[in-house]
Formats: sequence, structure tokens, C-alpha cells
Amino acid sequence: MILLNQILQGALLGGYYALVACGLSFMFSVMRVINLAHGSLAVLAGYALYVLADRFGLSPFTGMLIVAPGMAALGWALQRFVLERASRAGLLAPVLATFGLSIVIDNLMFERFGADTRSLAPFVDDLAYASWALTDDIAIGKLALMTFAAAVIVLGGIQLFLTRTSYGRAIRATAEDADTVGLIGVNPRVANALAAAIALASVSLAGLFLGLRATFDPYSGGAQLIFAFEATVIGGAGSLWGTLIGGIVLGVAQSLGALISPQGFFLLGHGVFLAVLFARLAFDDFGARVRSALAGGRA
Amino acid sequence: MSLVPSVKRWTPASRVAVTVGIAALAALAAGPALFGANAVDKLTTLFIYVILAVMWNALAGYAGLVSIGQQAFFGLGAYFTARLADAGLPVYATLGIAALGAGLVGLGLSAFMLKLKGGEFAIGMWVVAELAHLLVNLDTLVRGETGTSLIALNAFTSEARRADNYWAALAGMALSLGLVFWLLRSRQGVAIQAIRDDEAAAEAVGVRVAASKRLVFTLAAFGAGLAGALYLATATTFQPHAYFSPQWTAYMVFMAVVGGLGTFEGAILGALVFFAIEALFGASGVWYLVGLGATSLVFALFFPKGVWGAIEGRTGLRLLPIGYRLIGGENKQIVASATKSA
Repeated sequence: MILLNQILQGALLGGYYALVACGLSFMFSVMRVINLAHGSLAVLAGYALYVLADRFGLSPFTGMLIVAPGMAALGWALQRFVLERASRAGLLAPVLATFGLSIVIDNLMFERFGADTRSLAPFVDDLAYASWALTDDIAIGKLALMTFAAAVIVLGGIQLFLTRTSYGRAIRATAEDADTVGLIGVNPRVANALAAAIALASVSLAGLFLGLRATFDPYSGGAQLIFAFEATVIGGAGSLWGTLIGGIVLGVAQSLGALISPQGFFLLGHGVFLAVLFARLAFDDFGARVRSALAGGRA
Repeated sequence: MSLVPSVKRWTPASRVAVTVGIAALAALAAGPALFGANAVDKLTTLFIYVILAVMWNALAGYAGLVSIGQQAFFGLGAYFTARLADAGLPVYATLGIAALGAGLVGLGLSAFMLKLKGGEFAIGMWVVAELAHLLVNLDTLVRGETGTSLIALNAFTSEARRADNYWAALAGMALSLGLVFWLLRSRQGVAIQAIRDDEAAAEAVGVRVAASKRLVFTLAAFGAGLAGALYLATATTFQPHAYFSPQWTAYMVFMAVVGGLGTFEGAILGALVFFAIEALFGASGVWYLVGLGATSLVFALFFPKGVWGAIEGRTGLRLLPIGYRLIGGENKQIVASATKSA
């Protein structure tokens, strides 16, 4: 029963990881850029919601009406002024530039808010700890279920947007071939900036649920980036539904690891990530050999 | 000027520079006898920074492998030192063995980490560093974040320890500079840069891509491990989070990017710049870190060749004979390198 409960809680935790990973995975699939400031930006959104709640009495959910568009605007600017330029300078520049940006964001937050941990939980009544009891041993947290639902809605929404709208198709076309889309009347710069805006709007949701389910401090961004990256890679980089599965696998691995020892939570999470990565690379090698053998080449 | 250009490696400027460099390293050996305690400590730190800068630059600037997880090897170098010294080995011998151990871990990791590309490799290495940190925390000697210290150093007087640390760091720096210099000038060095510029094309002309990458990755792991071991010798206390912190990589990025990514001289210059900035602004804490991050960001975006790249571009000055130059021919003097495309 304890095992079943851990798996269930882990799967729900996976919803949070999928939500954090969503923006990272989306930006990677469209712009081929891994944004190392991703986690720091999620924490920044968390602080913005905290300030709105603490100073102006806005509930974090109402606060999202301001923070989500704000983060989207930031995403637009990030693409236009940083990533676009960095991408032109080669493969290394986006990694270096976004790493520099994350250091700036983390330390500016530290300068402004200090080392104290913050949480959004006090601003939402009992949501953070309320739960429904299924059996004597198993209870589902309201917030955990809400986070999972949000992840499904966001991932599904982005999927629908990409397949059903003309803007979505423009973004997909730009991801395929940014030079050619210009010929059919799509401005690739606008398409990429729009994609970055959507990605960072989803990051604001990640910041919301980070603040609701736990505490954060100015240097929490690194861990969020790592979890997001692990979920993305486990699920297969660039696939949105794969990201949800990746998040669930990571969450379940961590929950089961926590049963073994306190450090097991992180150890097993990282371990599963590396195991999946290793298996994927070995399988890719194997697949390439099979393909070349089938094509009549020497294996 | 003849019409037919000739390819040269050594120039009068580089002959002077290398001679002066070697003489300076030799002269620095007299440091503890000449300088005060504070200056000796400062220089020891500078030598460690040079090791970090030169090694990360070899990895990222020359091989194109941007790793955000080199703190894994920095931390492991320090941890192995603490472990081996605890087992009773002579302290200063453990520094070298620990660095070799970190290199060995790098060699093992290279088997699959090097299959990752770009940003995936960068964060993948960070995960490796986190994992290394967690595993080290499990050791009963370290006991989580309680840490341990290099008690064996208590056998030395503080003056002797200061001088020994200085010489160890100087020797470590000279070794690192020598190894990277030798590697970059070798056939492997050219291969590594060819892979950075175009992996598929390099493979097509017969470069053994996997072996070349593995070599530079292992060397960089050894270098970061050596720096970590030396840093532990100066700090004496080992707290895992202080050594496995991504801040070390932030320093490496800053030094290499500001000095000039992919130039040997640039990495040394970057270490000097970082050392000076830390001395001037290090006390201002958070704003100092904001400044480091912002400077890295601005250089990555607007001055990708760094300070040394700008000097080299303006003057054609090349102090160290790493690449090749084309001298003579129809134009008065064409400065070219076998490796740089633009």
C-alpha cells in the first residue's frame, strides 16, 4: 500500500515536472536552444507572484493575470535581444549567454529578497495541504491534482495551438526551416519570438505551482532547470506528451528513492535520468547500425 | 617579399613570448623567498584560477564542449585528496593522485556524455556534478554537509604549508599550461578544432572524432580535479557544497569568455582579469556576482572573441605558436591560422 501510494504521489509530482519542463522542451524543439536561465525565470515568476500577494493582497491566481503576460513579454524580449543574436553567433553562444543571464537573475533576486525562503501557500487558504482520502493509506492532495491537471491542459493546449492555428503552423514551419518560411510569407523572427513568449508564459505557471507546493529561494532556479531538463530528456527531447511521461517517470523514481533513504529522492531521480540517457544513446547507436545494415552499408 | 607564401609556426614575437613565459615561471619559483605571506597566498589562488581557465578554455573554446558541470571534477579532486590523506598517504602526493582520479572519472564518463550535443551536454554535465555531490555526501568521512578537513596538513608549520601550497600550485599551473600547449600544437589539437568547427566534415576527412573528444575531455577533468585538490590544500576544510557549486563553472566561463574563447593567451589573460576584479570588487558580494554574470552575457553576445581576440584582430599579434601563419605571398602579410575560418 505504501508502495502504491508513493507511486501515485510520484506520478502527481511528475505533473509539476512536466509543467516546468514544458517551456524548456518547447523552446528546444522550435529554436534548438536550451535556455539555461529557464529555472531562474520560473523562480522570478514565483517572486513576482509573492510580491503581488504580499504587497497588494492579490491571490496568486489573480496575480497570474499580470505575471503571465509579463513573463510572455519577457520571453519576447529574451528571444529578440539575446537568443536571436546568440543563435547567429554559433552553437556555444546561446549556452554561454543564458548561463550568464541565470547568474544575473539569481543574484539580483538575492540582492532584492535575501536568503529567506518564500512560499505562496499562505495566500491560498488550505489549498496547499487539503486532500481527498481515497482509502486509509492513500490520499490525493488537491494541489497535486490541480498541478497535474494544469500540466495536461498546458501541454494539450500548446499541442492544439501548434496543429490547429495558423500561428502554430508558422512556428512549426520556422522550426523546420527558418530560411524557407520567409518565402511563404512567415516572418521567422516573429514566429520565434512568439514561441519564446508562449514558453515563458508557461514558465510563469511553473513559478506559480513551485511557490504553492513548496518554498523557494533566489538560488532554487538551478534545481528547477535540472528537473525540467531531466523530464525533457527522459520523455524524448522535443516531444510535448513525451515531456509529461518524462515528468511522471522522474517523479515516480524520486518518490520511490525517498522510500530507501532521504538522499534517495535525488539520487534515484538523477540515476534514472542517466540510465534512460545511456539506454537512448546505446539504442541510437544500435538503430544507426541496423539502418546502415539494411541500407546495404557495412555495419 | 616573395610571391609564394610560406607557412610558419614560430615568429620572432612568439619566440620572445615563450622564452619570457618559461623564464617567468622559473622566476616565480623563488616567490615564497621574495614575497610576503599575503602575496604568496594571492598568487597561489591566481595559479589555481589559471589552471581552471586554461582547462575550461581547452574544453569549450577549442573542442566546443561547453560544460556547466566541471565542478564535478573540481569537487572530486578535493574529495579524493581528503580521502587519500585520511588513508595516510603523504598529503602533497595525494594532490596529484586525486587529480589523476578525477581524470579517470572523466575518462569513464566520456563514454556516453560526449554523445550529447550543445546545451544537452552542458546541462547533462551539471546533472553529473549533482550526482557526484550526492554520492560524496554519503561517505561517512564527509557525513553530508558536515564535511571534513585536511588534518594531515597540521603536521606542517603555517609558513612551510604556505610555501608548499605555492610551489604545488605553481607546478600544477606549469604542468597544465604545458599539457594544453602540447595538446593544441599536436595533430590532436588540430583535429579537436576541426571537430568544433564542423564535426561531420572532420569525420569525413578522417579525424577520429570520438578519440579526440575523449582526450580533451579527460584532460579537462584532470585539470579541474587538480585545481580542486590544490584549492583544498589552501582552504583545508572540505564542505561538499562549496566545492560542487556551479559557481566554479561560472568563474571558468567568465575567465574564458572575457579573455577570449579559443585562444590560449586569452584564457591566461582572463584569469588575470578575474583575479584583479575579485580583488577589487569581491567584497561587494552579490553585486560582484551580478557583474560577473552580466559581463559573461555581454561578451558572449557582442565580443565572442574576448579581449585577447580583439587584440589579436587589431594587431595580428600571436604570442604563442599554437596555430600556423601564412607569411609572404602577394599581399604584404596574410595572417592566417590553420584552424580559424574567419
